[in-house]
Amino acid sequence: MSTTLTPDVVVVGAGPAGLTAAARLAPRLPPGRVLVLDRERAPGGIPRHSDHTGYGLRDLHRVLDGPGYARLLTERAAAAGAEIRTEATVTGWAGDRAVDVTTPRGLLRVAARAVVLATGARERPRPARLIPGDRPPGVLTTGRLQNIVHLHGRSPGRRAVVVGAEPVSWSAVLTLRAAGCTTALMTSEHAVPESYAAFTHPGRLALGVPVATRTRVVRVVGRGRLTGVEIEHLDTGRRRTVACDTLVLTGDWVPEHELARAAGLDLAPGSAAPLTDTALRTSAPGVFAAGNVLHPADTADVAALDGRHVAHQVLRALAGHGPVPGPGVPLVADAPLRWVAPGLLRPGDPPPPRGRLLLRSAELVRLPRVTARQDGRVLGRRTLPWPASPGRVFRVPWGLAAGADRRGGPVRIGL
Amino acid sequence: MAEPPAPYDVAVVGAGVVGSAVARELAGHELTVALLDARDDVGEGTSKANTALLHTGFDATPGTLESRLVRRGYALLSAYAEATGIPVERTGALLVAWTDEELAALPRLHDKAVANGYEHCAPLTAGEVYAQVPALGPGALGGLAVPGESVICSWTTTLALATEARARGAAVLLGHRVEAAEPGPAATTLRTTAGDVAARWVVNAAGLAADTVDGLFGHDRFTVTPRRGELLVYDKLARPLAPRIVLPVPTARGKGVLISPTVYGNVMLGPTAEDVADRGDTATTAAGYDFLLARGRRLMPRLLAEEVTAAYAGLRAAIDRDDYLIEADPERRYLLAGGIRSTGLSASLAIAEHVRDLLGAAGLGLVPRTRLPAPPRMPNLGESAPRPYRDEELIARDGAYGRVICFCERVTEGEIRDALRSPLPPAGPDGLRRRTRAMNGRCQGFSCAGEVEALLEAGP
Ligand SMILES: Cc1cc2nc3c(=O)[nH]c(=O)nc-3n(C[C@H](O)[C@H](O)[C@H](O)COP(=O)(O)OP(=O)(O)OC[C@H]3O[C@@H](n4cnc5c(N)ncnc54)[C@H](O)[C@@H]3O)c2cc1C
Ligand SMILES: Cc1cc2nc3c(=O)[nH]c(=O)nc-3n(C[C@H](O)[C@H](O)[C@H](O)COP(=O)(O)OP(=O)(O)OC[C@H]3O[C@@H](n4cnc5c(N)ncnc54)[C@H](O)[C@@H]3O)c2cc1C
Repeated sequence: MSTTLTPDVVVVGAGPAGLTAAARLAPRLPPGRVLVLDRERAPGGIPRHSDHTGYGLRDLHRVLDGPGYARLLTERAAAAGAEIRTEATVTGWAGDRAVDVTTPRGLLRVAARAVVLATGARERPRPARLIPGDRPPGVLTTGRLQNIVHLHGRSPGRRAVVVGAEPVSWSAVLTLRAAGCTTALMTSEHAVPESYAAFTHPGRLALGVPVATRTRVVRVVGRGRLTGVEIEHLDTGRRRTVACDTLVLTGDWVPEHELARAAGLDLAPGSAAPLTDTALRTSAPGVFAAGNVLHPADTADVAALDGRHVAHQVLRALAGHGPVPGPGVPLVADAPLRWVAPGLLRPGDPPPPRGRLLLRSAELVRLPRVTARQDGRVLGRRTLPWPASPGRVFRVPWGLAAGADRRGGPVRIGL
Repeated sequence: MAEPPAPYDVAVVGAGVVGSAVARELAGHELTVALLDARDDVGEGTSKANTALLHTGFDATPGTLESRLVRRGYALLSAYAEATGIPVERTGALLVAWTDEELAALPRLHDKAVANGYEHCAPLTAGEVYAQVPALGPGALGGLAVPGESVICSWTTTLALATEARARGAAVLLGHRVEAAEPGPAATTLRTTAGDVAARWVVNAAGLAADTVDGLFGHDRFTVTPRRGELLVYDKLARPLAPRIVLPVPTARGKGVLISPTVYGNVMLGPTAEDVADRGDTATTAAGYDFLLARGRRLMPRLLAEEVTAAYAGLRAAIDRDDYLIEADPERRYLLAGGIRSTGLSASLAIAEHVRDLLGAAGLGLVPRTRLPAPPRMPNLGESAPRPYRDEELIARDGAYGRVICFCERVTEGEIRDALRSPLPPAGPDGLRRRTRAMNGRCQGFSCAGEVEALLEAGP
């Protein structure tokens, strides 16, 4: 029989969100009551292989590189008393708050009083983007690129095309450059690069890379070996082929939601992330979610602060602070906004993490005038000084919707 | 140069599923056998890119060789899969009629199935169709149940056959592209990209190139027209939508677009059918995607809400007649197995028997060997039997089976190591995918590419 562990809390995913949650939870529970599981060989999540600076501003109030940030969060969680198990893949559910785990030391069953899903997000690979053409190697996501370059010291090609022009795309350019690969072109389907005016980290150093806007990749060319991509201008329909031996597909995130789906959790429309309320409870009692699995994909510090937020809500639940208060009212994103997280507002619940609603826009709006409405009533309206851009999460102050009647109709957020 | 080696008794050109089955069959006799392929791995041609259905043959043209061999092949491969651990799922199929015309065609298809020796079809009302596959889009008028249609792992099938051929003593000569054939009094010398190979008898199982190779023997009897089939593979989260294979009513152009579960737990939508000029053109196309998505939207709208995990295309070796073309040429000690278009996986073992019999009749001495090695036990790539990552005992014995490397497909280090140490190891990442499923999942290497490539590089 497999070993059964019974911590108070099991956190699935040792990325910024999971580690930060664990660091908050562990000191507030008896020793050994918080278990963090991650399938990778080392804890830290995506920052482990994101070998450039730009991490930690909002949560740690300093700026670190990805691997340094991952190390520090790991040390803090461990020092706080959380047990972190790596090479521990959660493969499914064994009960409402129990999971099955595969490790090299055997199978585990972990039956906890609360579960935190902090499984992150991934970029859509080529098949999911339905890019036709030949199928040579050399087509990768940023995650895969950084995985092979930074964790395994392997080299991509010599000349790349990078699809996307959002923060993660610049991160790809930096990685390519460090690995001796030139970025010949970046493409973006939008009229201005998605990270417009908001790109702050040192990707700027890589500026000088030409960006083809309103452009999509229509065909991959090369049998056996990638030789180029055919791109098309969305307005003129003009096509041309750009020579390259590497194609990096960046952004276009999907939540790593397999466990959420397997549990039959309600999903948020538009993002397919697990639907949560502002306390980050999912639709299953005792199952919480935090980090990029909820809002694919915001920065690591925001994910980490989700972790801090969810820790307090988990503690409240463990302390038996009453049943979940009422069904709540849904928060709804109106076009061009695609989704909003959290997605439920219940009576008596706290404001969302960091006092922000997180949304994603399908198009660039430079000076967005955001309105929150409920039952025909305007709850709040404000023009924000930062853009709503398709390449990044759009953060909206909670105050706009805070006055909602938590027993009324849906709260709609629109531009 | 040393003495040229003695010629093989038989050289089989093409290590797809057909050639591998033929080599395995012949190597079960007192014969020396070589299995040649131009590529650096077995099963790199059409045998790796198909819909992987184990067909009953219910819809073949009655009386054809194909009808007979698919029917027999179904039984043989079912048993072989059992013996070797090739994943098979007995899902059954539903042939669904969406128009009055199609509905009217069902009884004819039922009769045809009977004429093909398949007795288990049963008519279904629209209600019964929806009861079996509730996620079907609106408008189904009725159907025909074909309970025997199953899904199989085409990669493991070819690999098992080639592995067993090798275990029986056949030489597997990869990277040997046959470019010329020089007849001699006792043996034919095949000029290949990796040197000469001499054999008394030659079997042409070169798939898309079967007509070209046929030409090397002085024949000019058929032309292969590659008919491309593009396919979309949907995420495992879609699997509950497709408990059975959903077939369209077939047309003259082929079997049409189907929805099928896969043994790996995904759902497949396809294939298209388009004649192409280029025998290497396995590219996917925007038009192909649009066509499949439009079909899918009508057949099973909910499927389209799921992510696409893989997209690929395979080429059917269509020829200018409606049957397999398998003929021996005793004079040249040569046999052609051509035109094995859209059922070759299912029929492979029966084709091998048939080829053996034709060769015997043409003069090849066939003495069965008495002590054959046991069939290989193949690693399980299917979801219907336990896989290593959930195998308590196996992990206790060797922790490498508990170290998950490819998370999406749950492939462990132990399985990758086993593949690298197997008798026919992979030549690269693609070969490893077909042997383990590593990197085949929804993230396409986002998390595991580095680790997988490092293991591959480190070797056995
Ligand atoms: C290329 C790139 C560059 C970036 N640059 C920056 C930057 O400069 N600054 C910044 O702030 N942010 C950056 N980000 C974003 C940042 O990495 C993410 O916001 C952050 O990692 C999200 O944290 P998370 O904890 O939600 O998820 P992740 O970091 O994705 O962690 C999730 C963890 O869960 C584990 N997991 C998932 N499923 C299971 C399972 N079934 N069993 C066990 N474990 C599981 C995974 O292995 C992973 O370790 C970048 C992202 C990328 C891809
Ligand atoms: C889209 C599609 C769907 C299909 N679905 C099914 C299905 O569901 N069920 C089913 O039973 N069948 C199906 N089929 C058919 C099946 O895949 C084929 O019939 C079968 O794979 C043919 O095997 P083969 O060994 O003849 O050809 P191949 O697998 O193509 O093997 C031929 C081999 O010959 C080698 N070769 C060629 N020229 C030379 C040379 N000069 N020298 C050396 N080697 C050479 C090639 O490298 C290749 O490996 C499908 C086919 C397609 C395209």
